[in-house]
Amino acid sequence: MAKKLIDFVKKHFGDEVLDSHSRLGNDTVVVERKRLPEIIERLRDDDATQMNMLRAITCVDYLHREPRFEVVYILYSIAKKHMLTVRVVVSEDDCNVPTIEHLYGAAAWMEREVWDMYGVTFEGHPDLRRVLLYEEFEGHPLRKDYAKQASQPRVELLGKERDSVEEFNQYVKGKPSEGSRQA
Amino acid sequence: MAEDIYQPIDQDIHSEPMILQMGPSHPATHGTVRFTLTMEGEKVIKCETEVGYLHRGFEKECEEATWTQVFPYTDRLNYVSPLLNNFGYALAVEKLLGIEVPERCDWIRTIMGELSRLSDHLTCIGAGGLELGAMTAFLYAIEGRELVWDLIEQVTGARLTVSYGRIGGLKDDLTPDFAERWAYTRKRLIEIHETTHKLLTRNRIFLDRMEGTGVITPEMGVSYGYTGVCLRSTGVAYDVRKDHPYFKYGEVDFDVPVGKHGDNMDRYLCRMEEVVQSIRIIDQCLEKMKPGPINTDDPRVALPNKEKVYNTIEGMISHFKIIFEGVQVPAGEVYSYTEGGNGELGFYIVSNGTGKPWKIHVRSPSLIVMGGIHKLFEGGLLADIIPTFDTINMIGGECDK
Repeated sequence: MAKKLIDFVKKHFGDEVLDSHSRLGNDTVVVERKRLPEIIERLRDDDATQMNMLRAITCVDYLHREPRFEVVYILYSIAKKHMLTVRVVVSEDDCNVPTIEHLYGAAAWMEREVWDMYGVTFEGHPDLRRVLLYEEFEGHPLRKDYAKQASQPRVELLGKERDSVEEFNQYVKGKPSEGSRQA
Repeated sequence: MAEDIYQPIDQDIHSEPMILQMGPSHPATHGTVRFTLTMEGEKVIKCETEVGYLHRGFEKECEEATWTQVFPYTDRLNYVSPLLNNFGYALAVEKLLGIEVPERCDWIRTIMGELSRLSDHLTCIGAGGLELGAMTAFLYAIEGRELVWDLIEQVTGARLTVSYGRIGGLKDDLTPDFAERWAYTRKRLIEIHETTHKLLTRNRIFLDRMEGTGVITPEMGVSYGYTGVCLRSTGVAYDVRKDHPYFKYGEVDFDVPVGKHGDNMDRYLCRMEEVVQSIRIIDQCLEKMKPGPINTDDPRVALPNKEKVYNTIEGMISHFKIIFEGVQVPAGEVYSYTEGGNGELGFYIVSNGTGKPWKIHVRSPSLIVMGGIHKLFEGGLLADIIPTFDTINMIGGECDK
């Protein structure tokens, strides 16, 4: 089964595939980011692939390499029991990838986590907030140039209890710190 | 006259949705989670989940440690079943190294992993009863868990943070009287399982709170990345142990229980059945396993025995290099997955060919479950959140990394 999925992507999106390999039981394709949602949607909906589950989205920071980041999507099909890793490369200056939030429910939080930890933005994501860290956190801790012992500025105490998510977002937009998403 | 009295009251009835903060330290949200609920009367119409209160930077810490030093950190992911995390991580590194572990090691990993699963499921079932007022069921389940932990303590030396896995093997073999102790524990566990069934499964109060609440459909479960009991309760029989057997799961006979409705009751029943299946697996493993080595003899990974370390220069250098520089894992990346206590536990690891991991990403089932939990709450009553949040079995350490 090993090469079947790679061949599928190559057949339908030949121009987009930059690289592909099959190692240690993991099939991988590296694709252009522009048409990523389209490729993943095709993989999800085509009868031959049926990749109906998104196992994980993560990012790898290769500090001194250009392009610096690699966003990794791990897709799985429960019916066909096969797995494909789709990777896109992203440079530091143009750190964004189109979202696949509309394709899988799980993608919303996974993309938020990648933004939180690596600062890669997902274009079109409706609610790209931090998920594990707090909104006032400065920087993205899993980047290799973020020192493990780096300290964070003291967060100002809130004048009053924030009663809703909307209110909290308003508060954050009012005084964006360096790490938080600019409105 | 009467109408005039009631008129102002009618006008004053507050009918706007109400915002309710639940958590972060609500007694029913064991683990620290905050829900911002928009309520219409008793009904939840919108739920915003906020996690991360227990974030300790697992992935960042791992990048500063050697491959072996990561084991204690994995204990603290899902701290109710730390052995499963240990073995899941060990398996991932072994895949990248391309080494095979001895047969006995695989058997022991299967046994100890299932013991951990027993402790995970018993805790979840017991705590679920407790939150709905069934203190007795909780005490029985915790008695069962204590018995399991006694066994784990006997083998690993610790009850909770065991650090029992090693790359290419295990810390220790099973103790000689393990089978005997298991026979005793097994007998008591089956009694406890029966008692729990009697106490809960046909209990009117329990049924009313559990049946038809916190429902997920199979399509939604798959789309939101639900795995483990949460997905199986909807009828999708996806179990990594069955679909992609690792360790010795391919050689033992066990069933994968599935539910029909995807509600709390089905999740509870699936867990109850999995307790029986875990006991079955351990029985078969103990019957089939044979004596032998438990650690690989690959010199890149295995520490030489102490006699060699103290008496030969090669042994000493080898020991020194593995401890100080760490196991040298060839450059590359791999995604390895196992069945954890509450779903698919995956490790995506990247090595740059040195003794320290370049990157470790853990696909923690709890975090992914929390990403879709609003779908289970919305449309239900506020009171339904309590059983739903329990049967989802979110573990803070794993969710918040």
